[in-house]
Amino acid sequence: MLSNKEKMLIAEIWESLTPVAEEIGADALLRMFACFPGSKTYFSHLDISRGSPHLLSHGKKIVLALAEGSKDISQLTVTLAPLQIMHAYQLRIDPINFKLLSHCLLVALSCHMRDDFTAVAHAAMDKYLSAFAAVLAEKYR
Amino acid sequence: MPENSVSADLQTGSDKMVEWTDFERDTIKDIFSRIKYDVVGPAAFARCLVVYPWTQRYFGGFGNLYNAAAIKGNPMVSKHGTTIIHGLDRAVKNLDDIENTYTELSVLHSEKLHVDPDNFKLLADCLTIVVAAQLGKEFTGEVQAAFQKFLAVVVSSLGRQYH
Repeated sequence: MLSNKEKMLIAEIWESLTPVAEEIGADALLRMFACFPGSKTYFSHLDISRGSPHLLSHGKKIVLALAEGSKDISQLTVTLAPLQIMHAYQLRIDPINFKLLSHCLLVALSCHMRDDFTAVAHAAMDKYLSAFAAVLAEKYR
Repeated sequence: MPENSVSADLQTGSDKMVEWTDFERDTIKDIFSRIKYDVVGPAAFARCLVVYPWTQRYFGGFGNLYNAAAIKGNPMVSKHGTTIIHGLDRAVKNLDDIENTYTELSVLHSEKLHVDPDNFKLLADCLTIVVAAQLGKEFTGEVQAAFQKFLAVVVSSLGRQYH
């Protein structure tokens, strides 16, 4: 459950990170690949080494989607409808991986924002990422 | 041919020792030598109580946990946070025998404190994020992986005496 204050905070944070979307997204992905090697299996068709164009562009996509969703969290199901279909029928990524990436996104945010990533911001962001992941998996079955 | 070729390991549990690479050993020791225990411990524990409020169920005697500010300023929270991080220190000094290091603590958390062992993982995640904020860019994916492996072994050891 997100309060209005938390929704604003989340939108603010993602807005401020949009200029560095590539950096944050790639960082989170690299962390996930290092910590949870099973996640790499979904990327066997891409070059996911540090600095690779695939990694940067993929990282950017993810962060921009998160930023877009945060602009109106109550409309997540509408905003994410195309991504829901893609993940359910095409990508079919096991949803456990959403949790793993969410954790790595939080770590990436913490490394980037340092003390600005307060406990309150962390709590709000964790809730948002959980909600986002849940919506993304909604059409799986 | 053996009837049950299921590995004996499953019966004996984790008799296998955890293997650490040199990078992992060095990284774990390095992290703990650089963080301020009396900052990181309290911050991680307070963060856990804020981000996962149901964990407050074990701390009814801690007084005011009403909001993030109260939790952060609560002296009992700080004290317990420091206790926790010093507890982790024991594992750092005994990387090759973390399991036995925590036998008593595991029994304590299970039989006296009745803490759901899933909570250990929540605290571990909060600690990772607090350490990340402290170390910034130096907390690379590889460093994170080593740190998380360490915490996973600790968490597993703490859960071992539950029955």
